[in-house]
Amino acid sequence: MTVEAVRQINSRTVVLPVSDIDTDQIIPARFLTTTSRDGLGAGLFADWRLLEDGSPNPDFPLNAESARGCEVLVAGRNFGCGSSREHAAWALLDYGFKAVISSEIADIFRSNALKNGLLPIVVEPSILDYLLANPGTGVTVDVAASTLALPDGRTLDYPIDSFARFCLLEGIDQLGFLRQHEADIRKFEENRPWTP
Amino acid sequence: MRTEGPRTLFEKVWSEHLVQPETADTPAVLYVDLHLIHEVTTPQAFSLLRSLDLPVRRPDLTLGTMDHSTPTTPVTSLRDIAVVGENAARQVAQMEENCRDFGLELLGFDRRERGIVHIIGPELGITQPGKTVVCGDSHTSTHGAFGALAFGIGTTEVGHVLATQCLLQRKPRTLLIDIEGRLQPGVSAKDVILATIGQIGVGGGTGHVIEYRGQTISAMDMDQRMTVCNMSIEAGARAGMIAPDDTTFDYLHGRSRAPQGPDWDRAVERWRRLPGDPEATFDREVSINARDLRPMVTFGTNPGMVVAVDEPIPDRTDASFRKALDYMQLRPGKPLSDSPVNVVFLGSCTNSRLSDLQQAASILRGRRIADGVRMLGGTRLQQIKAEAEALGLHDVFKAAGAEWRESGCSMCLGMNGDTVPAGQLSVSTSNRNFEGRQGKGARTVLASPLTAAASAVSGRVADPRRYLQDTGTE
Repeated sequence: MTVEAVRQINSRTVVLPVSDIDTDQIIPARFLTTTSRDGLGAGLFADWRLLEDGSPNPDFPLNAESARGCEVLVAGRNFGCGSSREHAAWALLDYGFKAVISSEIADIFRSNALKNGLLPIVVEPSILDYLLANPGTGVTVDVAASTLALPDGRTLDYPIDSFARFCLLEGIDQLGFLRQHEADIRKFEENRPWTP
Repeated sequence: MRTEGPRTLFEKVWSEHLVQPETADTPAVLYVDLHLIHEVTTPQAFSLLRSLDLPVRRPDLTLGTMDHSTPTTPVTSLRDIAVVGENAARQVAQMEENCRDFGLELLGFDRRERGIVHIIGPELGITQPGKTVVCGDSHTSTHGAFGALAFGIGTTEVGHVLATQCLLQRKPRTLLIDIEGRLQPGVSAKDVILATIGQIGVGGGTGHVIEYRGQTISAMDMDQRMTVCNMSIEAGARAGMIAPDDTTFDYLHGRSRAPQGPDWDRAVERWRRLPGDPEATFDREVSINARDLRPMVTFGTNPGMVVAVDEPIPDRTDASFRKALDYMQLRPGKPLSDSPVNVVFLGSCTNSRLSDLQQAASILRGRRIADGVRMLGGTRLQQIKAEAEALGLHDVFKAAGAEWRESGCSMCLGMNGDTVPAGQLSVSTSNRNFEGRQGKGARTVLASPLTAAASAVSGRVADPRRYLQDTGTE
């Protein structure tokens, strides 16, 4: 599998001011009967984004004219909780997002996002409040420096695992890295005191 | 490997599975002892293996089932199961093909061991203390009830485990949840975990592995411990663990894939060393008083929005809270027990073991479910279904007017034909009350099997304690 390298993101934000957005909202279960990872953007936030007849819900922020082309999603705290479905990260990427900003991001979603080149950015609650209150804020993400620059001149550091950052910057496939450990894995299996 | 110093249960299992410890620049390489796979989160992982021309490294440590997109409608022969929808049928066919091509054991439609992935491991005795268990499913935390380190992974990681039997992981932090007090009649493990999530919040366990301890946990049987660990993920924790004890060993003894004979004795000797050292410390500690706990129900759209069944729904002004109550068509200040019920679902990996069915049956026996209520019951493993039928539980369910179903995830998530219609209120023993989880527009109230059965009989969200005097059930 190839992962596209992510180095810098320049985009206005689109804002979902809801906390605890779970992966069932990001991609409802009925879209999970696919056997591919392509085309899942069509199901992204389907029950919020689309009306009963399948037309766009005019009240949903992603459908606003100003949201067109936005690559950064800002959401209330604890984004991506619930189901482990990687389809959530695939759907966000397929729709065109490259980063998600919140004050807390759930563990499995964050892990899935990083393995697909979607950048999870955790900021302080006060910064999140600012971003939630100001949809369309132009932000610049520098992956190598792990910084988020705001239009008012502030540049914020965000936490990211150094290995995950390295993989994003270089477009590294983590399976390739893991397979380099084959000799260690075999040694572990031969030497363990009990067998599963 | 760190051997000096006191270690928690988690730290013992973690360090015993390190192929490579983590460094500042690289995550740990963690060995996986049991990889459970199902049809929904594996197709893309197998495609990856095919594209790289890689085999599954350890077919003997991999076990497959089909549960998520498979129907639970009653059939006379398991071969008759007709999967709903072209895509789901393709997914099931691909699972069969993948397992055949890669030489993996699949508990398919013709196997009585087929069922929900998190019920199978314990029932077969393949889930064991001290193992690392993973699956492309967040409720893998269930297996932690045995003192295993068990957590859900994404599909890319499913591919990693298939190809290498290992995962790249950062060491999580540890959270001790100490639960004390003897449970009152009518109060069960489901109420304990709902109250716990209500206290620490749906993100309260993020970044942590939970260890549950205390008098309440020690007194629980394995079915109840699994219910508790199952919902660890609903507090944001990927894993929840309980130290193995005689209750654990008694449950596993004699199961078909548990160690046998002298192997059993050696295994128990090893398992007895797993509980955390007395001086070991945790990154965080939380105490829960279960003594005065009442039956719990959720009122919102995440499992942390929970109250006692006879307690008024609280009021908050933030937009997310209001959005949740609007969706649920509920108002603050009133208890849920006034709300009319359309559907009752007894099932899921949280609550569909034999004891859950027995609890529900204790209320249903000799009663009828209320007019206009649809109740789906039944177990989530074909083998338990047979045991339940031997006890006559299917007759109790049917006589009460409930449907008795085949095994699968069913109405826990709307992707297999079993859904709650838009706007209808469902009292469900499952684990998630997210918007649309049981079907688009469905309104879900999470509760215990006792509360679910009482609500089916009453036709309204009901306090199960009202039904206990008649049956003498605890």
